Amino acid sequence: MNIAVLSGKGGAGKTMLAVNLAAAAGHGAYIDCDVEEPNGRLFFRSPVLERRPVCTKIPAFDPTRCTGCRACVDFCRFHALVYLKDAPKLFPEVCHSCGGCALVCPAGAVTELPKEVGSLELKNDGSLRIVTGILSPGEATGVPVIQQALALAQEPLTIIDCPPGSACAVMECVKHADVCVLTAEATAFGFHNFRMVHQLAVLLGKPCCVVVNKSDGVYDPLTQYCREHGLAILALIPNRPEIARVISRGQILCREFPDAMDFFRRLLEQIGGMVL
Amino acid sequence: MKIAIPLDEDQTSVCCVLARAPYFCFVSDGISSIAENPAAQSQSGAGLLAAQFLVDQQTTHLITPRCGENAAQVFRAAGIGLYKSRPGSAQANLDAFSRNELEELTHFHAGYQGIS
Repeated sequence: MNIAVLSGKGGAGKTMLAVNLAAAAGHGAYIDCDVEEPNGRLFFRSPVLERRPVCTKIPAFDPTRCTGCRACVDFCRFHALVYLKDAPKLFPEVCHSCGGCALVCPAGAVTELPKEVGSLELKNDGSLRIVTGILSPGEATGVPVIQQALALAQEPLTIIDCPPGSACAVMECVKHADVCVLTAEATAFGFHNFRMVHQLAVLLGKPCCVVVNKSDGVYDPLTQYCREHGLAILALIPNRPEIARVISRGQILCREFPDAMDFFRRLLEQIGGMVL
Repeated sequence: MKIAIPLDEDQTSVCCVLARAPYFCFVSDGISSIAENPAAQSQSGAGLLAAQFLVDQQTTHLITPRCGENAAQVFRAAGIGLYKSRPGSAQANLDAFSRNELEELTHFHAGYQGIS
């Protein structure tokens, strides 16, 4: 079972929730797909066992073979190729590595070369496997890193720590999920972005449930929205200084507080119940 | 010499954007024509698609209020001169250009697409 932990707004508590669910399970995999700023690994302090590069492919053009037919330029729906001075010119940051230009070239002038866009960091925490996707600075999209990180989700239980927002990188994670846990912050801003990510998960046909974090009592619009959309609010995590303090030290709540371990184990069971 | 200017819907005023302008006005040897911009509705890579169109049209000078970095690279490589437009009509800008009153465009913005 793949559990995606999502929130529209950043800082709502995705990583806290994902790390604690993984720690409460004690087995399976925790995959940090927030590749622009992965910080789940800070909570799991074991040494890194392996780093592997993540590469995409970008086309290279052989000028001795290119006939200037422009088939590649015309094919590229992302317009990453411009035909300039009798040769195709690539704009690598626009290229989506689809390989289409190599397929349509009638002269065999296009070869695909690897381009490193990030890396994966692997370590273990007891029986838990920790996979961290890391996007190289300056890269336009984290999707290839996320795809390769999620390809490692072979365990029966995988917790996917998603990027914030509701764009392509989030979609990539949701696609791999059996169930989506929406971390909600009970504020107007948090609620607004929460609805966006909920709509995305619904669009992709995924069952959803809600955990309200930093909860200072009831926030009516959120509660009402969840009622209207048949969304179960599985838990409220209170806004307490002792919780914030533990997290700010890079410690895992359910390893510091025995009742937190019970809380996250119960939550994990309830989430598991969503997909039965 | 072939001068291009991005045009608004009214086909008279300079459009405030380049790649997604609905039309381009071309002026060559005193003869002007208007063409639809094939990149106006493009889902992604509009800047590069518009740049390709302008290069294919054998544009030599472009008068525009703004231009992205990628398109600017294409224009530089193609040797197209870039000039900063003034608010108002394309005709007023052409007149100002012929009097050498338009400044060269030297500031280029990053692309809008996050491709995320």
